[in-house]
Amino acid sequence: MYRYDTYDQTLVDERVVQFRDQMERYLSGRLSETEFLPLRLQNGLYIQRHAPMLRIAIPYGMLSGKQLRVLADIARRYDRGYGHFTTRQNLQLNWPKLEDIPDILAELAQVQMHAIQTSGNCIRNTTTDQFAGIANDEVEDPRPWCELIRQWSTLHPEFAYLPRKFKIAVTGAEQDRAAIQSHDIGLRLWHDAEGELRIRVLAGGGMGRTPMLGDVVCEDLPWQHLLTYLEACVRVYNQFGRRDNKFKARIKILVKALGIEEYRRRVEEEWAHLKDGPQTLTQAAIDSAKAHFPEPERRDVSDAAIAAYEQLRQNDRAFARFVTNNVTDHIVPGYKAVTLSLKRREHAPGDVSADQMEAVADLADVFGFGELRVTHQQNLVFSDVPVDEIETLWHKLQDLGMANPTVGTLNDIICCPGGDYCGLANAVSIPIAQAIQERFDDLDYLYDLGPVDLNISGCMNACGHHHVGNIGILGVDKKGEEYYQISLGGNSYNDASLGKILGPSFFREDVPGVIDKVLNVYVQQRHEDERFLDTYRRIGIKPFKEQVYA
Amino acid sequence: MLSSALKIDDAIFQDDLANTLLIKQGQPTLDVWSLSRDEESLPDVRPAIVPLHLWRQHREQDGLAPWLASDTELSPDLVAELHDAPVIAIDFPAFTDGRGYTLARLLRERHGYEGEIRAIGDVLIDQLYYMSRCGFDALALRDDQPLEDALRWLKPFSVSYQTDVDVREALFERRLREAS
Repeated sequence: MYRYDTYDQTLVDERVVQFRDQMERYLSGRLSETEFLPLRLQNGLYIQRHAPMLRIAIPYGMLSGKQLRVLADIARRYDRGYGHFTTRQNLQLNWPKLEDIPDILAELAQVQMHAIQTSGNCIRNTTTDQFAGIANDEVEDPRPWCELIRQWSTLHPEFAYLPRKFKIAVTGAEQDRAAIQSHDIGLRLWHDAEGELRIRVLAGGGMGRTPMLGDVVCEDLPWQHLLTYLEACVRVYNQFGRRDNKFKARIKILVKALGIEEYRRRVEEEWAHLKDGPQTLTQAAIDSAKAHFPEPERRDVSDAAIAAYEQLRQNDRAFARFVTNNVTDHIVPGYKAVTLSLKRREHAPGDVSADQMEAVADLADVFGFGELRVTHQQNLVFSDVPVDEIETLWHKLQDLGMANPTVGTLNDIICCPGGDYCGLANAVSIPIAQAIQERFDDLDYLYDLGPVDLNISGCMNACGHHHVGNIGILGVDKKGEEYYQISLGGNSYNDASLGKILGPSFFREDVPGVIDKVLNVYVQQRHEDERFLDTYRRIGIKPFKEQVYA
Repeated sequence: MLSSALKIDDAIFQDDLANTLLIKQGQPTLDVWSLSRDEESLPDVRPAIVPLHLWRQHREQDGLAPWLASDTELSPDLVAELHDAPVIAIDFPAFTDGRGYTLARLLRERHGYEGEIRAIGDVLIDQLYYMSRCGFDALALRDDQPLEDALRWLKPFSVSYQTDVDVREALFERRLREAS
């Protein structure tokens, strides 16, 4: 993974010094609440319902065991001994003390971490495919490109006060696992007929109050121009995005208002001046970025070992379940990626204790070349596990409570912290996730249902990505009462779509029952081999409506 | 550097600290320009920075300079006229309005304006660094901003990843150059 040189280190160290002073000026009254607000947000610091919340950046989800140990230590000493992995592949601490934040940032800087631009109206942490570099269907490893974008967007002098937050996601695989169509800018790396790397640039996707899928601004951008083109895209947004209404300030509203053709025309006009300018990438620049992501020193895995693994899968039902759901094929024969499930009903989705973090860091040293990844579905991944070590790893994960063989099932819920923690939320979300996980805990039933993405957000900001869940649940507030609106048919992959609202909202206690009815319609009406989404797309929302509101 | 800068200008600031807080090219300076936000008519004093449309009507007069609202679009005609301005001020109606950064960069980098570009309005300490990197060489701090803090935080970072009006080599290029 990317390692800092003295420049990167200087920058994060100086950021700590700067923020320490900003905090000091705030606490001494020289900096007002309003004026401190964007400064602290651009350092990941929220003032929440119960306490401050600190969102720590994990650039494109790559984390080392060493960093995770420090996060565990920080969670224990400065917080209540746990952290929460988010849908932007970051980590949140929910209970730090305000005055401790500069010290926490200083400790993070010692392991090449920070909280820069994890919030605020600026360019946020760039996200990508959790299987980057090892996926079977990958045409280009997105991580070096993400790193170049990280550097370009970090403390960018022109784009710190955009109309609204700005999120970029990158995929380099056939199947989009980074939800690029629901980002402000989505990038798809692909090769043209001559084998040259090209970039499809989408703009104007986003969730929130007015969910939209991105439109293509440029189909085949030559890679050399990535940064200048991004600069043009964001500059046009900075100039023309609405600033009079925060609910209409995202780039999606601008793209919709102008139309994609006019937005593209303005971007191209701007880019004409920036193209071939000083931030144009060279082969040497990208080679240098790629050198940070070398192939790990994998060993040979014998055919006999592969055969033994397949044999075990045949013979041991529990192991087979784990492999089917939590183990992903790898580009190197004999290796697999293993997903550690952070979804169990005793805890909020994405929550990990400090003890677990340390245990995972130890496992990463043994099974993962000292590295791991955070997924936008709020799980963790070891990307390079030899098949003859998977059984041992599986047992260790069982001991940790991270071997739930439910990745990709209804139980693998994406969920924001919701009203239990978040100051913005209209309603709680974690108890809804837990109630659903409790109701649908029969593995045979979950497997029979097949892949179902169920996503929960506690408010319109849609941190839980409810719009692109096959089943989406949104907490709404009506006259101080919490209600839940359910939508069907959302999807974040290549054939992305936004969910449609089923109808009037439900009481909290009725939600699991409603989900049950929705699933029954699917089970009754599905054709062979149809996923939930396929059946929904074939029969439409009406049969679901009739069943639920009967 | 901080203390000497303050010493030199202590006398200047004794009289009317509130109206003269201008940091020019990194130094506190006595501001000779008055700022008028009257959209209807020109002020009596000179030199004066006035709303753009008034300046365009009267730009043959000496001692006038324009200030640009943050939503100003830099049409070719306007850019041609602005080249004659002794100072171009860009207004920050709120410090969270980031359009002024783009305007300054375009004037400096795209249109080659070499005169003073001044930030006016909601100009706060923690924005000065980005403003300087975008081409502002004069910073008219909001009245309540402590000058000492401002001077201390003009350049909180000694390194940057991107190019800007001063740094024409991206860090990735600099690294390659230094490695070779």
